[in-house]
Order: sequence, then structure tokens, then C-alpha cells
Amino acid sequence: MTEKTETLVADVRDLEVRFVSRESTTNAVNGVSFQVKQGEVLSIIGESGSGKSVSMRALMRLLPSQAKISGKVAVNGRDVLSMSGKELIRMRGKEVSMIFQEPMTALDPVYTIGDQIAETVMRHEDVSKEVALKRALELLEFVRVPSAERRLKAYPFELSGGLRQRAMIAMALSCRPSLLLADEPTTALDATVQIQVLILLRKLQAEMGMGVIFVTHDLGVAAQIADKVAVMYAGRIVEMGPVRDLLRNPLHPYTQGMLASTVHGQDRNSDIQAIPGSPPDMRREIPGCAFAPRCPHATALCRSTQPGETAPSAGRIVRCHLVSGEMAEAQAPAIA
Amino acid sequence: MTDTASSLPGAFDAGGIEELSPHVRSYWQLVGFRLRHDPVTLFFGAIILIVILCAIFAPWVAPMDPTQTNMIDRLKPIGYKDYLLGTDELGRDMLSRLIWGARSSLLMGLLPVVFALAIGGALGVVAGYMGGKVNMVIMRVMDVFYAFPSILLAVAISGAMGGGMLNGLLSLTIVFIPPLCRIAETATTQVRGLDFVEAARASGGGTGSIITTHILGNVLAPVFVYASGMVSVSILLASGLSFLGLGVAPPTPDWGLMLSTLRQAIYINPVVCALPGVAILITSLSFNMVSDGLRQAMDVKL
Amino acid sequence: MKSKAKKPDTAHNMEIVPEGDPRDRGGPRQPMFMVRGLKKHFPVRGGALNRTVAQVLAVDGVDFQVIKGETLGIVGESGCGKSTLARLLMHLIDRTEGELIFDGEEVGVRNGLAMRDFRKAAQMVFQDSYSSLNPRLPVEDSIAYGPRVHGMSKKKAKELARELLGKVGLRPEVFGPRYPHELSGGQKQRVNIARALAMSPRLVILDEAVSALDKSVEAQVLNLLRHLKRHFNLTYVFISHDLNVVQYISDRVLVMYLGEVVEIGPVDEIYAAPKHPYTRALLKSRLSMDPDERMDEAPITGDPPNPINPPSGCRFHTRCQYAETICKSLAPKLPKDTLPEDHVTSCHMYDPAAGHTLAGKVPPAFEAPVPVPAARVAAKV
Repeated sequence: MTEKTETLVADVRDLEVRFVSRESTTNAVNGVSFQVKQGEVLSIIGESGSGKSVSMRALMRLLPSQAKISGKVAVNGRDVLSMSGKELIRMRGKEVSMIFQEPMTALDPVYTIGDQIAETVMRHEDVSKEVALKRALELLEFVRVPSAERRLKAYPFELSGGLRQRAMIAMALSCRPSLLLADEPTTALDATVQIQVLILLRKLQAEMGMGVIFVTHDLGVAAQIADKVAVMYAGRIVEMGPVRDLLRNPLHPYTQGMLASTVHGQDRNSDIQAIPGSPPDMRREIPGCAFAPRCPHATALCRSTQPGETAPSAGRIVRCHLVSGEMAEAQAPAIA
Repeated sequence: MTDTASSLPGAFDAGGIEELSPHVRSYWQLVGFRLRHDPVTLFFGAIILIVILCAIFAPWVAPMDPTQTNMIDRLKPIGYKDYLLGTDELGRDMLSRLIWGARSSLLMGLLPVVFALAIGGALGVVAGYMGGKVNMVIMRVMDVFYAFPSILLAVAISGAMGGGMLNGLLSLTIVFIPPLCRIAETATTQVRGLDFVEAARASGGGTGSIITTHILGNVLAPVFVYASGMVSVSILLASGLSFLGLGVAPPTPDWGLMLSTLRQAIYINPVVCALPGVAILITSLSFNMVSDGLRQAMDVKL
Repeated sequence: MKSKAKKPDTAHNMEIVPEGDPRDRGGPRQPMFMVRGLKKHFPVRGGALNRTVAQVLAVDGVDFQVIKGETLGIVGESGCGKSTLARLLMHLIDRTEGELIFDGEEVGVRNGLAMRDFRKAAQMVFQDSYSSLNPRLPVEDSIAYGPRVHGMSKKKAKELARELLGKVGLRPEVFGPRYPHELSGGQKQRVNIARALAMSPRLVILDEAVSALDKSVEAQVLNLLRHLKRHFNLTYVFISHDLNVVQYISDRVLVMYLGEVVEIGPVDEIYAAPKHPYTRALLKSRLSMDPDERMDEAPITGDPPNPINPPSGCRFHTRCQYAETICKSLAPKLPKDTLPEDHVTSCHMYDPAAGHTLAGKVPPAFEAPVPVPAARVAAKV
């Protein structure tokens, strides 16, 4: 059993995150559990307010001070929530790295990108600046930045969006982390640049054997890059499973609705099947299933009781009364 | 709560399950809520209120006549006979003089800021909205005044005009117009670039209509915060002018003037001589803290 | 003028208004918008004296028409100039050069259409961000602003605002007095749409109107736009970087690259058989929802270049696999004298007189149509 936990790059159980302020308390994450193995790509899909970014940032404890975190969060077997400030700083950038949506705000505008990458290297490995800059050059070539030597001396504002994103990836990979966290890194990019960056990320991930957690709202991105997909809604994982399985045979009504409402070649003379209503206000306590108000199959049970996790097949998890009800029916004849 | 908009004829049915939080809270209501729950701001706000009440109701609150001299009981310490806070160099009751002095200090503190807000704010909004040459002319004129340190400017203008309360008010107003103009201009320029202003232009809104409906409400917050901070500075500057003899004339009670006349007596009764300074400090500090609290309360992430 | 009987749109309670708009001055054959040689250059200032050191060629010679009653989709990536184009069409910024004819008349000149009237006839819906609605006004006041500026009484404007809120699917009594920060992204966008409709426009320009919305809400708003178009007899210009959305909502599509039009035509033709190499690359960059259809090679490398110093000749030649000497020296143009329904492109390969080795011959790689990425992988609802 211990062998299995050792290859788990990320192990999250019953994570809960609450934001407390003068006006209100927001339950951003309400009991989330997932595991990421070495070399595996997990994509967390959700809309705004689903808690996907918050869940991921908890892995690095990169949340504001008014966030109250509880549960178990382990990276490479070590408990993140009990780490001291020093240990956290040592871990960030070295074992766990993150890339963000807006490279312009994630890169420091007053330093060249060469300097920024070198700084990360020098912080975690005891090397001189020359060696670090050489590493930076290697990394820029690794992420396929053309004219890498010239770009070393460039400032972030001199680069285009795609190049900035590559520079940020280079920075994140500089110390060979075992876990890479990606917070919607391609959302702000043009389509032709997005596909380049996604292909690059997959190649790098395969070469370096990293575990990757990729947060996105775009199912197409998940299809392109993920091995495993977790769908989040209102702070909980409502469905999780291998990517082919989940996209071919979605079980949770929300996942089905998401697939149906994604614009993709539908007949223009009829309506797209949209999920009615909008995501709930996370400041209010929601009795029962959070998706019930928008679900075409909702029953009184759904509105009163929170569904638990069920495992309809290996590696699949669904939180839905309908699905667990169907499963129970399917099992009942066997018992009788 | 499931009746949908489609119960109206000619309405689009989006599934009708639009839910909203129960309260309607405008931005200002949110600010008010935050202020009410901020103990530090409330505390200093209470102090300001006390000072204002003293100023307004001075004739009824002050125990004695502030101009009544008594050469026998000069510079007496705190608690001597009926003089709760001692007496000044002419035997006048310090407490009464302090209470009456609040009038002059508040007047000289608030009025210049109010006028400067109106004039500087208007100029700044115009400069920010019009841009181009108009902006350049207005802002460069302001820069000229900005080049002078405020106290120097206040003293120079007031002195040149011969001192007195009215001239003091005028000089302080002039000192505060440039910074308020600048803040208003910056805020207006930012707001002007936002989409909803473009939408208003696209709907055919004219300059005046856009400024009143769309710009002013959004510019008011930062300008107001800055102005409230200016009040504390204004009180200090006004006291400074009075100290230099450029403010009110004796025997009108005024904290700055009191500091000046009590200067020589500092070796005899230091505590009493410091009292007007304490009054200035408390009042100015309270405005400063309230201004800070306002800034925090207005920083609502909507 | 024929009038069709009003067909009730039962799913959404909106009856379809018959054709024949009394506000129509030019007649059905007149394009809603005719754009010729449109250019907009922004000066780049630098140096000690703030002189103009360079020009951003945001829009550099654009020709097209908007047909009455259609939805024209405009696609392109960053730097292509589509947002600038939207603002030029709306007369929110002045053009450097070129003609903009709205329903047969020029705007803001003598003997033309008055700006005031144009502002009623053409409206714009912006991308939903916190800045698209005044945070200090209740939403019904934001909607009522336009009509009030044009002289409507306060009471009538408020009634109109509430009626429109209902039309876009928001309960008027509940949503009217609310402030923008209390609304979700999709709700705010509906308010934006209602605001645009308050002027009873004939043309609505939608600039990335659904791009910032969650996918489930995006679908709702697209459905709403479709129904409003029929109900109010509108013409749409839909600007977006999302190719799938443009395919769904448009009748014709215009593709922009670095300030120029590279291809234009009916939507199905463009998506099934794109002509310009850039359009092909763009369409191939769409992501499939089928994990087995992952791409290993990007259809195109590099980023869209900078509009300050565009490449010489054909602006796409630096990234085009078919580029030849002629492409570096001579800029291709859209063919003249074509009908709006034609599918045309500005590329030397399609101009037999151009001197390109493939001129007049479709490149072999184009024989196969662009693969359509798989839609929903399963169909279980």
C-alpha cells in the first residue's frame, strides 16, 4: 500500500476552503478529493465559482490569508497544510510549479526574462549566475522559443502573448518539478497559439514525466491534453473519470448539459441545448444538490439531500442521486 | 419563485430560474455598511462629532466667557478652582477658549476643502473628459501652483493680502485646488476609457449628460476620500497661519493663535500651554483616521 | 410590401415581426453598410518632442458589405483590427481614410444621415466585463439612458427598460432596480443587449459579446440573440475569435488578418472549403472534443505579428507554407466587382494573373476538406 502512495504526486482528501470577510462567508470548496499519479495529467473542468482554481492553489497554499483550509493535502507524500513558511518556499518552484492565465501579470515587468528564469534556478539550486543563465537559455530552447539567445535579454512587454506564455512555462520547469499546476494558461491566447502551447505542454510533460493539474473551462482543451478529468460544480467534484470514458459517456446531468451546450457545429436554425439558469451564489448555504435548480431530472430528494460519491465503474466517480438510483436498481435483481 | 419572465407576453424564456441575493445594495449602501462595522473609524468619527458639537453649541457648552480676563488667576494649572483646564496668560479659562476655538479651526479646516473640492473637482473633471489642449492648459496651470510647498504658498498669499480670516480662507482654498484637480482628472481619465462611457456615447449622449450621469458618480469616491484627508492638513495649515498672526485676530479664540500667545509661558506652565496643540492634534488626527477608514470602506471589490 | 402572418415562436413567446421595415430608407437591395477602402492608423508617439515615430496600421484597406437582415461574422486573432473596425463602423472613432455608407447615406455630413439618427439606428454590445455597465446606476437606468437622451420622458423610458428586461428573459420587477455587481456575467450581458435594443436599432454590432461568459451561459445568450433578431428584424455584425460560435450564428463570414480582409463568403463554404492558407490554419486549430483526435503538430507556428511593422507584400507570407517571391513583393487584393454571396479571398494562388506557381490551381493539400473536429462524442441527454 505504501508503494502506491509514493508514486502519488498529489493527494487531496476532503479539501474545504472558506473565505471569511466582514460581509459574508464564501464556501469556495466543499469536500474535494482527487489524486494525481506521476506522469498523469488531471484536468479540472468548471465554470466561474466552481472552486477549481481555489482547489488547485491549495496544493501550494497560494491562497489569501482570509482563506480557511481544512482537509488533507499532500504533495509527494508530504503534508502541505502543516508546512512552515520556509518549507513552503522551498517546495514552491522546486517540487511544485505553477503557470497562470495572464503571463503579463505573472512576469515581473522590470526584469528580463533571462534574469527571472535564472533567479528561480539560483534560488533552488546553489549555482552561480552564469550557470543559471546558461540553464535559462537551455530552457528557452526547450520550450521552442525562436532566437532564444536574443530573447534572454528581452523584457516581458517586448514579447507577444504566446512567447510570454512559453517564457513562463520555461520558468516553471526550470527546477524540474514533479508537479505542474496550470491555471487556465491558454484561455487568453488566440486559437492558433493555444494549440501550439497545448502540444508543447503535452510533449514536455511526457519528456519530464511530471504530474500535471490543468484547470480549464473548455472541454476541448481537456480532450486535447488530459488523461483524467474532474468536473467541478459549486465547490464539489460532481464527476471524475478517464477522459475518453467521461467525454463519450457522461453520467452526471451537468456534464451532459455542458457537452450539449458547447457550441460545436449545431444546426443554426434551432436553439442550442442550454442549461437554464446560472451557477449558484457561493455565499449561500445550499441544501441538497447544488445543481438541482438547473437539472431536468431533479427530484425532491435532490433538493433536500446532498448526493454522496458513487463509483459506477473503475476509476469513475459520480455525485448524483439519479445515477446512484440507477445503479441500485441495476444491482437489485442480482440480490433478489 | 418559479414564475418566469415568459408570463409576460413577448418575453424570452431562459428557463426562468434566475436567482438573486435578497438585498438590493447600491455601492454607497455597501460603503455605509462597512463603515458602520469599522470600530476604529466609528471611534474617531465620534471624536469629530464631539468637536463639531462643541463648535456649534459653544455658547451653551463652554462653562465661562472665553474673553473674560482675570489678571490674578493667570497661567493656573489644571483643576485650579473652577478652571477645569487651567487659565491662559491673560487669566481666561482654557476649556472655554478651547471649546470656542473649535469654531475657528473647523471653519478654516472644512471650508477651504469644500470650496477647493467644488472648483478643483470641476476643473479636473473637465480636463479629464475633454483631454487634448484643454487638459494640457488646465493641468499645466495647476502644476505651477503645485511647485510651491503648501505652507509657503499659504503664507505667501495670505501675507500678501494682509492676513485675517477671510484671506486665510482664500489662500488655503487656492492651496488645495491643484491636488484635488489632479485627483479628479486622473479618476475622470480612467472612467472615461471604460466601456459604459463608450456605450453612452454610442447612444447619442452629449458631454454634459455623460458627465453628470456616468462620470461624476464614479469619480466621487476617490476624490472624496482625498478631500477628507485634506481636511486634516487644512486644520494644521490654518493653525499655522493663525500662529504666524495671519489668521484670526485676538481676542477671538483660535487654537493656533493660542499656541502663539502661550509660547512665552511655556516655562511657567507647560501643560496648559500645550493644550491647544493637543486639540489640534486630536482633531487633525481624527479626520485623518476617518479618511483612512473611508478609503478602506470605499475599496469595495464589486 | 408583402407582410407575412405573425408566427408565434412558441418556445419563447416572441412573435416574428413581418418584413418591411418602415425605417428602411434605402430599400431591400441597398446594403445596410458599404465599406470601401477603410483605413485607420494610430500614431505611435515617442522621442523628446512626442513626435510620431511609427503608425499602428490597425485597419488598412478594408472593403465589404453588410446585407440587410444577415448576420455577418468577423473572425480574426489579436492584432487583426476587428475591434477597431467595430468602433469605426459605429463612428466612435474617426477613420483615417475610406468610405462608410450606411443604408445608402454617409453619416454626419450635410445631405447625409444625421449622427443623432445614426446613433438610433446602429447600436453596439460590448464584451461583458465589469466596465460595460455603470456600477453606480441601477440597470434599468442604464437601459433607459439612451432613450432619455433622445427626448423620451423618464416614466416612459423606465417602462421601456422594464419591457426590454422581460424580452431578454430577466424579471423586470426583480432585476430593474439592481446594480450590476449583483448580477452574474450572463445576466449583465442580457442587460447590455437590452440597452442596445432600447434605441430600436436596425443594426447591432456585437463585439466579443459572449466571449467572457461561461459556456453554459454562452449558449443561453446565443439562443436569445437568435430570437431577438427575428423578433426585432435586426441585422447583426458578430465579431468573435471563437470559430465555433461564429459558425453557429453567422450567414456570412469575414476573416481578418493584420488589418486586412483575407477571405469572405457564405459560412458553410468558408468552413467546409476555406481558400486562404490562414483561414485553413485557423480552422484546423479548432480543438476536437474527441480525445482520440488529438493533434501532434500545430497547424501553424509563431504568433500573429505586430500591426506596427507588418510584413511587406502579403502580410501572411512570413507564416505561409506556400509563400513565394511574388508574395513578398506584391500585396494581393480581394477581387473587385463580386457579389456579396461570392466566396472570395485575397491570395495570389487564386489569381491566375498573379505569377504564383500555383496560381489558378488549387494546391494538392487543399483537395481534402479541412477535417471537422468531432462534436459531442456521446449523445446521451
